[in-house]
Amino acid sequence: MKSQVLLLLTIALIACDASCKKDNYSPPDTYLKGRIVYEGEPINVAYNDVTFQLWQPGWGKLTPINVTVNQDGSYSALLFKGNYKLVFPDGAGPFIPTKDKDTGNDTIYINLQSNMQMDIDVLPYYMIRNARFSVNTTDSIVSASCSIEKIITDSILEKDIEYVSLYISKTNWVDGRTSINSVTLQKSEINDINNIELKVKIPSIIPTQHYVFARIGLKIKNVGKMIFSNVQEIDF
Amino acid sequence: MKIRYIHATLGLICILIYNTLASCTKDNLLNQNPTNILLNDQVWTDPNLAFSVLGDLYDRVPEYQELEQYWNFADFDEAFPSNYGDYWRVQHQDYDYNWWSYWDYGYVRDINLFIQKCRESNLPTADKSRFLAEAQFLRANVYFELVKRMGGVPLLLDTMEYNFSGDASYLQHPRAKESEVYDFIINELDSASQGLPNDPSIKSRATWGAALAMKCRAALFAGSIAKHGLTTPEVSLPGEVVGIPASMANRYYRIALTAAEELINSGEYSLYMKHPEDLSTNFADLFLDKNNNPEVIWVKDYKLRYRTTQFTVQNQPHSLTEEGAWSGFLNPSLNLVQSYEKLDNTFDTFATKDPNTGQYFLYDNINDIFKGRDARLAGTVILPGSQFKGRTVDIWAGYITPDGTIISGSSFGQQKVLPGETNPSQVVGFDGPIDGLEHGTQTGFYIRKYLDPTPSAGQIGTGSDVWWIRYRYGEVLLNAAEASYELGLLDSAAYFLNQIRTRAGFKIPLKASDITFDRIVHERKVELAFEGQELWDMKRWRLAHIVWNGENVPLTDKPWKADEPSTRIFGLWPYRIYDPGKPDDGKWIFKKVIPSVVNQAHRFRLGNYYSQIDPNVLANNPKLIQNPNQ
Repeated sequence: MKSQVLLLLTIALIACDASCKKDNYSPPDTYLKGRIVYEGEPINVAYNDVTFQLWQPGWGKLTPINVTVNQDGSYSALLFKGNYKLVFPDGAGPFIPTKDKDTGNDTIYINLQSNMQMDIDVLPYYMIRNARFSVNTTDSIVSASCSIEKIITDSILEKDIEYVSLYISKTNWVDGRTSINSVTLQKSEINDINNIELKVKIPSIIPTQHYVFARIGLKIKNVGKMIFSNVQEIDF
Repeated sequence: MKIRYIHATLGLICILIYNTLASCTKDNLLNQNPTNILLNDQVWTDPNLAFSVLGDLYDRVPEYQELEQYWNFADFDEAFPSNYGDYWRVQHQDYDYNWWSYWDYGYVRDINLFIQKCRESNLPTADKSRFLAEAQFLRANVYFELVKRMGGVPLLLDTMEYNFSGDASYLQHPRAKESEVYDFIINELDSASQGLPNDPSIKSRATWGAALAMKCRAALFAGSIAKHGLTTPEVSLPGEVVGIPASMANRYYRIALTAAEELINSGEYSLYMKHPEDLSTNFADLFLDKNNNPEVIWVKDYKLRYRTTQFTVQNQPHSLTEEGAWSGFLNPSLNLVQSYEKLDNTFDTFATKDPNTGQYFLYDNINDIFKGRDARLAGTVILPGSQFKGRTVDIWAGYITPDGTIISGSSFGQQKVLPGETNPSQVVGFDGPIDGLEHGTQTGFYIRKYLDPTPSAGQIGTGSDVWWIRYRYGEVLLNAAEASYELGLLDSAAYFLNQIRTRAGFKIPLKASDITFDRIVHERKVELAFEGQELWDMKRWRLAHIVWNGENVPLTDKPWKADEPSTRIFGLWPYRIYDPGKPDDGKWIFKKVIPSVVNQAHRFRLGNYYSQIDPNVLANNPKLIQNPNQ
């Protein structure tokens, strides 16, 4: 009796296994990786904030594959081999996509046949340059300085600065949503965009930790997504 | 032997088939009318049958937050969902872009079909013109729903038929301008109102009053998108498919004000004032009283034994529940509760601690802290120490000793032995609040608005037949006040606001100089809480991405400000002082808390202002464009 049950189970298992193999095609196995860059420098953004779309034509109804860009401007997508079109929707990030010189089109065509590393060039409204962070261990105040470079100066496309903020967080996900303290300079309070200084106090952290992560964010007027400096770990 | 048997059987079957076929041709079997559905000719000769088709169209009116989808009230900052399966509502950060998406062109087609068939029919003239007007009203309503969720949508006013040519591209229509859809709604309602009865006793079908109220709201929405859209120019699409030019704002505001004034001056409706002796109960009864209610304009109605809601079953206080395991789903937030003004027209957060000494303030009675506030507070929310169905609710979080030790329980009404005693006594309320315990309050409050005190309304098998009010006179007054304010008519704005505020117990009228945008926003927030207006209001004012900005901000101390972030839900827990023999024993202190279940701050992104059009819809119709910032 027992052996019969065992036999039946084995047959069922083999049947399942066999049918699985026959019915399915292999999973996507090809990586498309890279960074969002301006002149080779990555664009730092907020987490879960900036996405772009990949469209793969030729498979019936078209639906986009949304790819989310990491904080440090890198991205990664595991895909099937094939041809893709890469598009940034309007307002996708603190930048505008670069247009092809010949066609004036901002769609990027990708022929993905093997793992591929591709940096995507975009045109940010501003870049945060020379971000420096330091901490005064006696009064636990984090000081940061940076300069802001206006990249898009075209009178139609240019956007104003809304504010600059310094955020500190317990983990290396750093922006307004995770910050434990922050300080904001409105546009009107900024005298010199080449020399911006921000100071913020580290509040008491429970449970105690002797490090925080900091970065500077820039809000551009009428652009939903912010641009950031790199994240800096600060020990105190 | 066997083969002959088979042959014989086959022969028999052949004869049978032949006979069947022969009988078909004789009795016309294939041309007989079906017995399980009604045909066009049958429906459109009988007013009662046509009315039942219309009934189906009424039933399909889209809703978001309502009595049958009470859980959606917990999506923002009005209430906390005390139900394990709904905790995700306070544990997510981003609203997906397809939230509030709506693209039901099947419904639009059915309304268009109804209008077409009704026009062609030979129904009695009186029935016909009323049915047509009602269908137009419903068509205006569905386009209003579409435009407030999706922006400009294709305006389809005729039924479309496929001609089987293999090319369906002639059925593809582009999105109309957002303003064109609003203009259509306004014109459609003008035309519908001519065929609708002007009878305020009709609540569940379209009336002249309902058409005016809807026109007023739609024009106000269009006006505010035109005006406040200026602050978010990135929320727009080329061709004004999304976004309305600012130059059109005043025109829409004027339409809204005119419609409101027409309704107000007609005298057909008035504010509910059957219990002037108790304004909180009066406000609560406004939503429950189905007998000659002068304020209610258009409702989704229910009837015992036929169709009822589970709103009362799910939301009744735990200690008074008629259904064992079910109670306490929606817990109004402290964010909302502290927004209700004091009766001297000033705002104040609840004083729990002395800011200088850090000591808790002591209150003799548990409800003292809520005294002297807007009567709508106790009419909307069941507060600690207040009554429901004639019984006092038991909301208190535990004992606190003078050294700050808290003695509390983990189940409703739990008993423990207090220090210095031998017998156990109750250490926490039978209604909570207990952190993380579902089906009881976790903020310290229960909802009163729409909660049905009728016996057995809290039983699953019976349910409540309280109606869901879609339009009421109070909102029309608020619309009139807002439109007046935006047109710079501050005297008129104060006049309309004061009517609402007098009903809420305010003795000092607001002056024209008191009227600000913050005032307008605030009055809607407290008057229309739990009426499904918050999301649409925040969207049209372009405040949603500011108020729900995803940051872990503390509870605001400026409840009068329209643009204060409010991303997480807070609560207010009463503790009883345990200090036997001392004068403070039995007094109350309050703690502002954040329920531990709330672990994320809501973020409304710019791409949420107009919900995502499903990619399948876009793939079917290349003339459509996706909404911005997604």
